[in-house]
Amino acid sequence: MLDDFMVRATLAGLGVALAAAPLGCFVVWRRMAYFGDATAHAAILGVALSLLLSTSIFAGVLVVSLLMATLVSLLSGRGYAMDTLLGVMAHSALAFGLVAVSFLSGVRIDLMAYLFGDILAVGKDDLAIIGAGALLVVSLAGWRWSALLTATLDGDLARASGIDPKREQLVLTLSLAVVVAVALKVVGALLIAALLIIPAAAARPFCRTPEAMAWLAAGFGAASTSGGLQAAFWLDTPTGPTIVCLAAILFALSSLAGQLRRRRSRAEPSAEATPRA
Amino acid sequence: MPLLSLDDLHVALGGRTVLESIDLRLDRGEIVTLVGPNGSGKSTLLRTIIGAVQPARGRLVRQPGLTIGYVPQRLAIDATLPMTVTRFLNLPRRHPKQALRQALEQAGVPGLSRQQVTDLSGGQFQRILLARALLEQPDLLLLDEATQGLDHRGTADFYRQIESVRRELGCAVLMVSHELHMVMRASDRVVCLNRHVCCQGTPERVVSSPAYRELFGADTADTLALYRHHHDHSHHDATANTPAPSAAGASHPEATP
Repeated sequence: MLDDFMVRATLAGLGVALAAAPLGCFVVWRRMAYFGDATAHAAILGVALSLLLSTSIFAGVLVVSLLMATLVSLLSGRGYAMDTLLGVMAHSALAFGLVAVSFLSGVRIDLMAYLFGDILAVGKDDLAIIGAGALLVVSLAGWRWSALLTATLDGDLARASGIDPKREQLVLTLSLAVVVAVALKVVGALLIAALLIIPAAAARPFCRTPEAMAWLAAGFGAASTSGGLQAAFWLDTPTGPTIVCLAAILFALSSLAGQLRRRRSRAEPSAEATPRA
Repeated sequence: MPLLSLDDLHVALGGRTVLESIDLRLDRGEIVTLVGPNGSGKSTLLRTIIGAVQPARGRLVRQPGLTIGYVPQRLAIDATLPMTVTRFLNLPRRHPKQALRQALEQAGVPGLSRQQVTDLSGGQFQRILLARALLEQPDLLLLDEATQGLDHRGTADFYRQIESVRRELGCAVLMVSHELHMVMRASDRVVCLNRHVCCQGTPERVVSSPAYRELFGADTADTLALYRHHHDHSHHDATANTPAPSAAGASHPEATP
């Protein structure tokens, strides 16, 4: 079954979507959309370095993303606003990465594959790495869920309950680095952040609890990756961007539904507004 | 062993000393209120006790295994985060349904359990915050101007609830409050803070102490004057400031909140 490239691609997409869903929710709740971008752009530097040093691409990307995540965590709250800091680091990392790639004479590398992903070329080894990464991230998110959620609500509230918000943030940023490294093959460096944010944002209007939002985001993510894969196959379009397009369409439909529902509940005072015993 | 003891505690924020030489002991079952002007370090003291701020010097000893219930001054929940009241009460630990219902009833907001937290009014949310803190069965309850946004009736209920919580749980309560007349009735001990502990003791003793009068105006019966702070005493060197006219206390009502 795994010999079929479409099966491998579908499984890879599902793995990334599952891992991205809970983290994407935190990225949305904590307003750190830029963070995903920064880590993802740093991935290109990782690609360049691992080609220069002829190590595995996955390892290079993972190391650079982890470094980037740690650096941002350490530097945050020290004079510069977070978005400035992330803007500087994201684009510098991308620029240095692109320059470094140009030094690689002799090796013709397909830069497009790293910028936009190459999900159809996912091999069995890639699949194993994606599976392991997704499992790690999902179990980490599940294990730290309550603590992460409390720290997201309010740092002091977390402290009072004996939760260190700094540590939880580190857990989150390191998990993000793993997702970036794992997702590079699937949607590429430029679109990883989209896979984090868009399914979570699309899930928001239908959810009443954080857990529901994470599950629905996983569902939307899975629908986008597997649907996008099929669409790209039939329409002969680039796969990574097609996946993100599908996620964007889901987002548009969901916000429309959310608007409609809100208007309806405003028209007729809903039962929710009156306290129930 | 006291629940909490602070020993010659100094706290600096951004290189500026915010608290100095704080000595404070809290025992089980005590209700202690922190009063002091804006910027006197009341919230910082609470944040130091929960561990969000590291003291620059001095000792802070919590009884081992101390459970803290904390009600912050305000809490902004991002609109992108869906959260029902029930889910909020279950963070970070889950509680049995019965306990949740009881907590909401005690807080005077039964039937809100399915509401989104972001849809609550300020007063309702404040009560939910207290209910959440109480569910943890804390040994020490920290309240940072927790009656903000409550109406008169709500405030009275709130203090009554604190009183009964203390009786039932036997916990200590440390609260910051601006409602001095309420505070005086509800507290066992009042600590008057202005970067250092100006004075502390029973409400009666504190009210009649010179340091308190200096901080809150000479006429302590006048509640308007209570809110005013004269920066006319220096804690570092006695020659720095000349005292402002002491009559200023009650004669500028436009400056009082």
